[in-house]
Amino acid sequence: MSTRDELLALLLENARYSTEDLARQMGADEAEVTAAIEELEASGLIRGYQAVVDWDRADRERIRALVELNVTLDRETGYDDIADRLVKFPPVKSLRLVSGDYDFALEVEGDSLREVSKFISEKVAPVPEITQTVTHYIMETYKDRGFEMGDGHDDGRLSFSP
Amino acid sequence: MKIADRVQQIPPSGIRKFFEIAEEMDDVISLGVGEPDFTAPWAAREAAIESLKDGKTSYTANRGMRELREAIAKRVSVQYDFTYDPDTEVLVTAGASEALDVAFRALVDPGDVVAIAQPSYISYVPGVTFAGGEPLPVPTHEEDDFKLTREVLEANGVADADLLVLCYPNNPTGAIMTESELAEVAAFVREHDLTVLSDEIYADLTYGEEHTSIATFEGLRERTVVFNGFSKAYAMTGLRLGYALAPAKTIGAMNRVHQYSMLSAPTTAQYAALEALESCDGDVIEMRDQYNRRRQFVLSRFEEMGIDCFEAKGAFYVFPECPWEDTDAFAEQLLQEQSVALVPGHVFGESGTGHLRVSYATGLDDLREAMARIEAFLD
Ligand SMILES: Cc1ncc(COP(=O)(O)O)c(C=O)c1O
Repeated sequence: MSTRDELLALLLENARYSTEDLARQMGADEAEVTAAIEELEASGLIRGYQAVVDWDRADRERIRALVELNVTLDRETGYDDIADRLVKFPPVKSLRLVSGDYDFALEVEGDSLREVSKFISEKVAPVPEITQTVTHYIMETYKDRGFEMGDGHDDGRLSFSP
Repeated sequence: MKIADRVQQIPPSGIRKFFEIAEEMDDVISLGVGEPDFTAPWAAREAAIESLKDGKTSYTANRGMRELREAIAKRVSVQYDFTYDPDTEVLVTAGASEALDVAFRALVDPGDVVAIAQPSYISYVPGVTFAGGEPLPVPTHEEDDFKLTREVLEANGVADADLLVLCYPNNPTGAIMTESELAEVAAFVREHDLTVLSDEIYADLTYGEEHTSIATFEGLRERTVVFNGFSKAYAMTGLRLGYALAPAKTIGAMNRVHQYSMLSAPTTAQYAALEALESCDGDVIEMRDQYNRRRQFVLSRFEEMGIDCFEAKGAFYVFPECPWEDTDAFAEQLLQEQSVALVPGHVFGESGTGHLRVSYATGLDDLREAMARIEAFLD
């Protein structure tokens, strides 16, 4: 594995590893690691860092929905143009052009059902090229970005074993 | 009720005292665990589930499912330039543990001397004793990177032994042996007509150097039983699946013991193992990469603390020198005061005295915290 790939693998595992920890694990210098991270960020390969949150455990309600979007394109408007408009809205957490029965898969997040549905009906549906929206509210998350949700992973192992 | 002498002869495991203390405490970070902290690859788990759904709940052939034996033989043939015959030279067992036990019982007569390279996995000595054999400890030392050498074999009277047990990559030291180093042992074994029991359960977990099996040296295949299993590389400890490879006559003898004690290895686990061999190499590599990073982390932290630690190249243990004269006292106080559990080296044989076994089969966050606590303890 190249240094860059190794670094990416580690950051994907836990973006909060300190440069010191990263360096130890990679058997590299801290300065090297810092430089490599700067390069990854500057080149845009790394776009940001986020926590993976299990909202079911929080007091605060968090509503997420997956929205299927169908669009019609004309001479002036392409997929990118529609996407450019949608990504500007803060409640939009992800937007992907997909193959299959619909065109875009949109992920929306808000504080309440009302807020989310209002956003979809008032901001998304009125976009002229969008011909249909189908909203799926997320009822339960079992895994998110590689992390399993739900019951913590209690280490049920013996504290000593051969 | 009378308890058999050969059982009474075995002292309780040296880690039991610590285990009892740890049981009473919360928030213990254990570096005393000899099993992966990963979960078995999903594909293997799914194969186990599917096999249950299909109602595969009967015994299999005593030697294990033919398909699995074939998959094992095929895997081995990629590593060696010879194969084991799946019909006669492979035995599937309930963990490598059972394979070891069956081998001791099938190959050791009362009074036979079984040389054991130490520090060693804790089951060999009792296993030999239960079989009526005489364990002969063969100490290896840090000066030799805990490798077995011809001098050590000669100096400890192994020439007159009947069997020799080795385990590389090693639990507890993390030592490995390179091809040329093993060649020396192989020559000695040939000269003195020894039988070799080679526990290679950590074979897939080496960092930097490729694993070599002693069975691959000239004349060694005929006199070696190789033990392996799915517990370590595939993180399948709870599924209890292992195997032994040996010439037909030996496997036949081992199977005779196995067929009366175990009948056959767990069927569900055999399906999981088959899938593991077929599709989970990527998982193994990923886990190994993570172990390797943790290994580098732990080694560099010990170095920083000024604790002498041999650079382990395999398994998931490091074996630093204990900073105190009294290793038990160190381990006990560290556990009481800082809630960090590790294992005193003497548990693995006298030559482990003065060392500690530190397992890095624990997530990095815990490792980092544990090392910080050790550092605080030393201050
Ligand atoms: C060297 C060695 N051999 C064998 C075993 C037992 O493995 P299994 O789970 O396959 O019985 C272990 C487990 O700790 C081990 O360290």
